[in-house]
Amino acid sequence: MMRSLRWKIAGHALSLLATLILGGLLSATLVRLAPGFDTDERELDPHLNAQSLQALHDARRQDHNILHFYFSYMTRAAHGDLGTSLALGQPVRTLLRDRAPLTLRLLATGLALAWMLALTLALSAAWLRLSVYDTLTTVVSGTFLCIPAAVLALLSVLWNVPGSLAIALIVFPHTYRYARNLLVKAYSQPHVITARAKGVGELRILFWHVVPVVTPQLLAVAGVSVSMAVGAAIPVEALCGLAGIGQLAWQAALARDLPLLLNLTILVTLVTLLANSGADVIGHVVKGQAA
Amino acid sequence: MSLWRKLACGILALVLGAALAANWLAPAGYAKQYREATDSSPSRTHWLGTDEIGRDRFARLLYGTRISLLLAPAAALLSTLMAALIGGLAGYLGGIWARMAMAVTDLFMSLPWLFLLITARALMPLNVSPVVSVLVTFMLLGLLGWTTAARVLCTTAGSLRTSDFIRQARAAGLPKQRLFWMHVVPNLKPVLYAQFWISIPVFILAEANLGILGLGVAEPLPSWGSLLKELEGLVSVGEEPWKFVPLILLVVVVTSFQLLLSRQEEVAA
Repeated sequence: MMRSLRWKIAGHALSLLATLILGGLLSATLVRLAPGFDTDERELDPHLNAQSLQALHDARRQDHNILHFYFSYMTRAAHGDLGTSLALGQPVRTLLRDRAPLTLRLLATGLALAWMLALTLALSAAWLRLSVYDTLTTVVSGTFLCIPAAVLALLSVLWNVPGSLAIALIVFPHTYRYARNLLVKAYSQPHVITARAKGVGELRILFWHVVPVVTPQLLAVAGVSVSMAVGAAIPVEALCGLAGIGQLAWQAALARDLPLLLNLTILVTLVTLLANSGADVIGHVVKGQAA
Repeated sequence: MSLWRKLACGILALVLGAALAANWLAPAGYAKQYREATDSSPSRTHWLGTDEIGRDRFARLLYGTRISLLLAPAAALLSTLMAALIGGLAGYLGGIWARMAMAVTDLFMSLPWLFLLITARALMPLNVSPVVSVLVTFMLLGLLGWTTAARVLCTTAGSLRTSDFIRQARAAGLPKQRLFWMHVVPNLKPVLYAQFWISIPVFILAEANLGILGLGVAEPLPSWGSLLKELEGLVSVGEEPWKFVPLILLVVVVTSFQLLLSRQEEVAA
């Protein structure tokens, strides 16, 4: 068990590293090929003479080679230098450090609320087995699924509700859909029907026969929901005026701040991959214990 | 066909029909400005009022619906073709090809969809003509939205590759190309068709999100995203409820697609 777990973790670590390196290379290539890569506002400064302009141009010449550009970025990143934001004029590292706590709080609260709502509705739908109730919950979640995330963010500003609730309402319909289907399927298993017929209590059925079956799959959905919440944080922070990583990504996109975008891409890839790998490893442990 | 599906079909046909007939139904062009009636409430001449520079909201809604409803399927077609090319072919070839294709798919899927979109959109020039901005936005949706479909197609093509009838056809000496076009592609069609329909509402919502964030279709061309951007200036819901009409229409259209899709999703799964 421990050995297979170690192999699982090692496999995930390797895949994470490979994806990060490849993802970084892909974003560096896109950044390098993007229109306006070779422009520098300092060149518009009338105080600079021809030699100074040439010196600026020479300094950027090495970055024309994509591999050199990426390798020098990785080397600097390994020493803690993530570069400077072109639009905000501040070190990227400082920007990320200052803004990360707010986003983490927002994501944690939003995800907790989304999962509480999804599991409560899904469990009650599976327990009650009333078609009216099931239809009602499906309609509610379906309606939220049809509203753009940015509109939910705007409505949260309009109704003066916290941004975390907007994130919860964006993530909830996706998690509810999976959780409901899994729970309904688990409750329709022959051994659960037999247990019910024998008069076993609902709580006992839930914790002994349903939870162990659905937990690994729910954990996988939990990993994916982190990625959804990170995506939802962009419109929510941008439109609610919350100074987090999501707002930073939006500002970087609007200002075409390429160094900042490169760092954010790698950071977001890391977070989502860690969440998915973590969920998979915990799921593996839970499955092993259940067996 | 159930009653709900018939209703969804009817709604979609009606909305698409109205959008296509925008030239006749709209009281004016989407960019015509009534300077004497800026930011006005609904009236007989302007059914949904006018925006802050005096453009008729109803006309903009009709033209915006046309853009979103015609280009989202075009982007869905592009993404489905890419998925077929990458996922279908990789699944059929199997081995290292399938592993490589899935590694690229995983790479794209490791980033949240909206983050990937705004990053890629930011890498394109922002100060482009409105028509180019429409093309860039929907092409990006098509070029980045193929991953989930590719994964499904790779699995389906992989299972087809090892199926008995393909093995028998191969053993009978059927050339590889003929085998692919005559036996594999026709069996992938239901999944491709399902993936195409599933992508449409996803792309409609993605364009709306990009538009609200200011990274979608450029002014003066309207789209659902740019029309919904007007909600940003609202102080309360009851103040100007007619501004919610584009949102209601969007929700109705996406819901109609979802109702139609429940069967397609079963096929895709």
